[in-house]
Amino acid sequence: MSDARTLASNANPVYRRRRRMNAIMMTVSTLALGFGLFWLAWILGVLLWEGAGALRLSLFTQMTPPPGSDGGLANAIFGSVLMAGVGTLIGTPVGILAGTYLAEYGQRGWLAPATRFINDVLLSAPSIVIGLFVYAVYVSRVGHFSGWAGAIALAIIVVPVVVRTTDDMLKLVPNSLREAAVALGCPSWKMITMVCYRAARSGIITGVLLAVARIAGETAPLLFTALNNQFWSSDMNKPLANLPVVIFQFAMSPYEDWHRLAWGGAALITLLVLGINIAARSLFSRK
Amino acid sequence: MVSIAVDNDHSAFAAQPTAPPKLRVRDLNFYYGGFRALKNVNLEIPEKRVTAFIGPSGCGKSTLLRTFNRMFELYPEQRAEGEILMGGEDILTSRQDVSLIRARIGMVFQKPTPFPMSIYDNIAFGVRLFEDLPRARMDERVEWALTKAALWKEVKDILHQSGNGLSGGQQQRLCIARGIAVKPEVLLLDEPCSALDPISTAKIEELITELKHDYTVVIVTHNMQQAARVSDYTAYMYLGELVEFGETDQLFLKPRQQATEDYITGRFG
Repeated sequence: MSDARTLASNANPVYRRRRRMNAIMMTVSTLALGFGLFWLAWILGVLLWEGAGALRLSLFTQMTPPPGSDGGLANAIFGSVLMAGVGTLIGTPVGILAGTYLAEYGQRGWLAPATRFINDVLLSAPSIVIGLFVYAVYVSRVGHFSGWAGAIALAIIVVPVVVRTTDDMLKLVPNSLREAAVALGCPSWKMITMVCYRAARSGIITGVLLAVARIAGETAPLLFTALNNQFWSSDMNKPLANLPVVIFQFAMSPYEDWHRLAWGGAALITLLVLGINIAARSLFSRK
Repeated sequence: MVSIAVDNDHSAFAAQPTAPPKLRVRDLNFYYGGFRALKNVNLEIPEKRVTAFIGPSGCGKSTLLRTFNRMFELYPEQRAEGEILMGGEDILTSRQDVSLIRARIGMVFQKPTPFPMSIYDNIAFGVRLFEDLPRARMDERVEWALTKAALWKEVKDILHQSGNGLSGGQQQRLCIARGIAVKPEVLLLDEPCSALDPISTAKIEELITELKHDYTVVIVTHNMQQAARVSDYTAYMYLGELVEFGETDQLFLKPRQQATEDYITGRFG
């Protein structure tokens, strides 16, 4: 029998095996982390390297040019902001209310579980399907591409993201808080709006920000709905310029100027998404 | 006065409470889905006294407490059968909005549950549900409730800071202040000290003794010394049955049931 002294020494084979296993696991997971970060850094590096040249003031002030002349992305940036803004404005209230139903009211019956399942399917639905859907039910009936169609397609992408985060965040609110509110004689709508929303506020806002980040770079749904516009337009009933589709078109073109602008737009979107994610993260951790 | 009776073989009761009953529980059964957690409980909670529920974990004491304000209704699989009378009206079948019943029967929970808002708003929240007070009257009410909960001196300069910044004991007193600010008739305390240190516990126990001048207090506790210290009446429960109910002194010094004696002397549970 080994006494306590040999058990707690480096010579103990059980201890040494455990040490060795620990070192192996540590190395493998660090390598995996490095592998992931490597590609991410490469993507960001290339984007910034190629896009940096295009990130000039004219990018924000001039319209998308015809091939061979100088220009910017002002109309595309504006169109993107407009459609993403309207899409978020439409999708957010719907998403928050639906998420509230799932978390707060949907304890009984089959409706909430079924909705949650379908919502999860929608959450991972390819965005091109949503673009085609809006094309079929809206664009083809109205007869032309439009900013509204784009905003609707984006709203449909926003909804499941917001539903999911609202549902999740409200479920994190401890039941004891609900009971405490109800015990005061508080009706449930007031409990939800005054207590649960407050407790889950930063989480819900984070969800909305992530939804905005998600739609900022969506190309496929806009290709079938808003299409594109070479000129400045704020008419939501007409085709509207937007960054992703411009990037798509310009990057596929044979013109050097357009390539440069496409890189600039791509870098811009990436920086925007990065910024939104950082904002969401800091907001959530400040809680 | 209605006499107390139970349908178990052993007669469970000591002396008749001398105070008039505030709540009368009759043949109360409670179910969590298929599990019967309360079995034919009959009990009278005396007015403006402190009544303690004691018993081992899972005996149904918290369950019983949570039927008094129909808190169980938040959970679809829970249901109660029987009667709980307050002023001649059955709480369980009342057509009155359950919010109104809960406004009359306040509750404080095991863990402090300050709302994510300022200390002031924590108190004002409940008051605003039923009263439309001008600012000055609301200020008075907040001060009154916090004073009553022995918290005013500690928080009077930080009323507009978040309630989450207080210590555990302060948070619990804040919850008690919030509960009494709406001026209920009955105050239910569900193990209010189990998450607190001894000093905070002592403060809350003092507070409970203070509160019984104005309120009917029902407290669930794991701590038998606490029951002996703060309560006038004690109910001992075991496996969903009310084993013995009577004056606290009597129950602790001369229990009528062997089971009660075993529990309070520590031979069991």
